[in-house]
Parts: sequence; structure tokens; C-alpha cells
Amino acid sequence: MTTRIKDLNTAPNNVGKYLSTQGISRRGFLKFCTTMASMMAVSPTLLPQLVEALENAPRPSVIWLSFQECTGCTESLTRAHSPTVEGLIFDAISLDYHHTLQAASGEAAELAREEAMKAHWGKYLLVVDGSIPLGNPGFSTIAGMSNLDMLLEAAKGAAAIIAAGTCAAYGGIPKANPNPTGAVAVQDLIKDKPIINVPGCPPIPVVITGVLAHFLAFGLPELDSLGRPKAFYGQSIHDRCYRRPFYERGQFAETFDDEGAKQGWCLFKLGCKGPSTYNACATTKWNQGTSFPIESGHGCLGCSEPNFWDAGSFYKALSVPTGDLGKIAGYALAAGGIAGAAAGLLAQHKKGQAIKEHKIVTVNDLEKGNSA
Amino acid sequence: MNGAEFLLWTRGTAFDIAFAVFVFGLILRFLEIFLLGRKPDLSAPRGSAMLGGVRTVFRRSLPADGNSFRRSSFTIVAGYVFHFGLLVSLLLLAPHIELFKSILGFGWFALPSPIVDFFTAMSLIALIAVLLHRITHPVLKFLSTPEDYLVWFVTFLPLLTGYMTFHHLFLPYPWLLGIHILSVELLLLLFPFTKLMHTFTLFIARWYNGAIAGRKGVES
Ligand code: SF4
Repeated sequence: MTTRIKDLNTAPNNVGKYLSTQGISRRGFLKFCTTMASMMAVSPTLLPQLVEALENAPRPSVIWLSFQECTGCTESLTRAHSPTVEGLIFDAISLDYHHTLQAASGEAAELAREEAMKAHWGKYLLVVDGSIPLGNPGFSTIAGMSNLDMLLEAAKGAAAIIAAGTCAAYGGIPKANPNPTGAVAVQDLIKDKPIINVPGCPPIPVVITGVLAHFLAFGLPELDSLGRPKAFYGQSIHDRCYRRPFYERGQFAETFDDEGAKQGWCLFKLGCKGPSTYNACATTKWNQGTSFPIESGHGCLGCSEPNFWDAGSFYKALSVPTGDLGKIAGYALAAGGIAGAAAGLLAQHKKGQAIKEHKIVTVNDLEKGNSA
Repeated sequence: MNGAEFLLWTRGTAFDIAFAVFVFGLILRFLEIFLLGRKPDLSAPRGSAMLGGVRTVFRRSLPADGNSFRRSSFTIVAGYVFHFGLLVSLLLLAPHIELFKSILGFGWFALPSPIVDFFTAMSLIALIAVLLHRITHPVLKFLSTPEDYLVWFVTFLPLLTGYMTFHHLFLPYPWLLGIHILSVELLLLLFPFTKLMHTFTLFIARWYNGAIAGRKGVES
């Protein structure tokens, strides 16, 4: 990957040409385009357009900033074995700064970032993984520069920002209660640039590259209300889950090793968050299409949704309240008991009063009343 | 607030509040009723009060006799369809059973969701029918108070939002589920303090009726 950080002046400047100099056949490239088109749900008639657009797209300069993160997002991308679609697109971009992947370190690395920013001002793509701490700028710094300052500076010259991973998109685990660093997401800080959220902990590699490909070929993808590309996040895990028929039939695994679990029944009761999680895991799967969490027997954690870490236990069913209901019921019973006893006594008192004030009326009284 | 935060709030704080008010209200109302007590009956019992009470609770839950049925067939049919559908959707959908299990500590069998879906739809139709009946029937309309419309609304809402959640209609799932849970919370908040209490007091009333008759040794 380090070799991919090339000198911009010597490398061919469009994607198609660059790929052919890298020994990628046209056949391989077409295969990549077909995969991308089907993932993005682009109509097959648009395939030639995608091929042409991608081929002629100028190689974008990409600056990748890593803030409060665990490097899982980068790992997710780079652990994919070559030759993959992920690798292909990463060959095509010009990754000018990525402090985990680049060979340069220290001042030389920061210089590379500054130079790339200057050379491509207004045109580079900024990829961010990790959240930004606002509690204290010193909580997370790179070469002495706070994450906040670096983001604000790099965002100014970016054509668009991709917030890769749940931390960059929504704050993720650093933002989880009690949020000790005052972590926020990219979209909380940058308001004047297009931001594409590619959440997931980590995001699916092919989704990151799919978003890049879409950006190169067609520009900004269509986003949902949470800033995610609809093409990849348009459907929930539950919508596409192969265990769904068991859900509908009411067949559930009750524990991780009961008969239901062995039969591959639905994991809803074991806390699966598939119904409320929008991501492409059930279709693209992980590890070169091997499987996804539900396929290996564990419910979805909902890692690509905002606040997934604070959404109650991973093992509590989605329909179950998160609070301690036993305790609440105890207090409510006690309070209800006291109030009820008071209300009962009051009612008894009223009843007694009414009996006391009760006057006996005879027929004669009534007749008198009538004639009056 | 995004969908995930909203859902979390409805499953967390909002549910805690609604549940606490519900339990508090139920206990308050029950104590209020029971502490009032009844006048001691000094006559010699001619039959068992307990047996008479239980019998009446059971018998009044059965469909009405032919004569009453003829007089108000619509109310009876629509009422049964609605109540039966409501109970099936409330008690026999797997996600609901998980909720009860988390509170009561035990669960029971679930029906396949398309069957529950059918009963929910029946229930919704019956509820709309009884509302139309209420606003078109001159006597019923005259007798109706704002509370009657309110309890109709808070009963209708969870069924409707549940139906929408199941079919993923109009909104992303986290919003739908959150709205559904919120509508149930509204129901829980109002339950103890409105006519919705009949869910429980109905049995108390029937039992008293039956017990009085049973003690006298007559059928009720
Ligand atoms: S395993 Fe999860 S995503 Fe799959 S059907 Fe069950 S609840 Fe839905």
C-alpha cells in the first residue's frame, strides 16, 4: 500500500491509464465496474457510462486523516486480500496522506499532507476515520496539531469529505456514554462541505470503495437522512437477512447453543439489532463474501447506527425496554400503595360523611314537596 | 435527534416514566376501589359467593344470549373482533412476548407474524367501524364524552403504528418502532385514569355481581 503513495507529478493522471500501468487488465477493470454497478444498484444500461466515467476520471488526491480511532477501518480495507475490488480502487486513487499506511513519518509526512493540500486545493477528497475530541485539544494530536485544527484546515480545501466508520460519522465508541473526551462526529463540525457518512465498526471495505467509485464516476451519491449513501444503506439487515423466514414463522434461538441456534433460526430474542440497522452486510458480506455476523451465529450489534454502543445490551431483544423495570415497578408500587391508601381512606371518610348526612325521606315528605 | 436516539429514548427514559405511572396508577385505583369495601351482608348465605362470582366472570365473557345479540348485534360483533384481535396482537407476537418476559420473567408461545398481522388488520377495521357507529348513531353520539374519543384514539394508535412498523411503511424502522413504543407509552400513561381501566375493573364488577347473586343462591 505504501507504494501507492506516489509522486503525483510522475503518475498518469486518470484512473484508466493508471490502472493499465499497474498491470490491471481491461477485463479485470470491467469486472470491477460490473461489481460496483450491481452493488450501487445502477441499471445495467448505465454500465458503459460507469466504465467510461471511471476510466476517464482524473485520479483524485485523497487525504486520509485518522483521529480518535482504533485503525479498524484502515485494517478492514487493507486486510482484504488482493486482487480485490477494494485493492483496485485503492490503486486508482492517489493516497497522498495516511499516517498508518505511508512510509514517511514525522515532519516529512506532515509536509506531504500540506503539499497535497496545496497542489489540489478545492479538489481533493478528504477521508476521515475516528471522532474529534472537543473536551481538550490535547486529548488527540498529530505532530502536535489537535485533531480539531487539522480537520478544520483540511476540510477547507476539500471537494468532499467521506466520514469512514461510525466514529467519524456519528462519534462511535469514543462518544459512548460518558464520552470522556467530548468526542463529536465530522458532521457536527463541518457544515459547508458535502459529507458522505460510511458508517460501520468497521465499514464494509467494498462499501468504502464503492462510495469512492461512485464519487469518481457520478459525483456525490444520493444520501439518506443520516448522510449515508442510499445505494449501500438503503435496506436494513433484517430486510435482507436469510434468517428472516424464521422470524416471520416465530422460530427463534433462545440461547446460543439450543436446538434453534443449531437449526439456524432467527436471533431476535438473543438481541439481534438487524431490524433497526441499515447496512449492506447481508448482501455484500465480509471476508470476500464468506459470511456476515448473523451467518456465523451472532446477532447484529447495529454497529453502523448512531449511538449503537449505548443502545442497551447487545443481548437484549430490540422490543425490550433498556431500563431496570423491576426497580421501577418496586418504587411505583410503593408510591401507588401510599397514594392508594390515602385515596381509599378519603373515600371511606366521604362515604361515612354521606351516611351521616343521609336524611330519611318519607312518601309524605315527597308529596309535600310536590304540592309545594 | 436521529432515529436511533429517538428509539433509544422511547425504549429508555420514556418507557421508564410511562411504566412507573402505569404501575402507580393501577395500584392507586385498585386500593381506592377495594378499601372502600362493601357493607357487611348479615343475611344467612344461601349459596357460595365465591362460586357465583367466578361463574359470572366466566359467563359474561361468553357471547351474549340471542335476545341481547339481536338488539345490538353490531356492537357485539365489532366489539369481539376488536378485542380478540387486540389480545392476539398484544399477547402472541414474539417481540411483545419478549417484553412481557423481561417484566414477568416468563414467556409463552408466539404465533407466526402473518397471522398476528391479520388479526391486527381486523382489529383496526373493527375499531374504525365502532368509531363510525359512535358518531353516526344519534343516541351513542349524544352519550359520548371527549374521554370516549380519547381512549379510542390511544387504543387505535398502537395498533396502527404496530401495523406500520411490521410493514415498514413510510419511515425508517428505528423511527417506526420508536413511534410505536411511544404510542404504547401514551396508552400506559392514560390507562389507569380513564375508562381503559375496564380491562381490569370489568372482572371486579362481574365478580361482585355474581357474588351477590351467588350468596343469595340465585343465578346471575
Ligand atoms: S437474525 Fe436478526 S436480522 Fe435476521 S431475521 Fe432475525 S432479527 Fe432479523
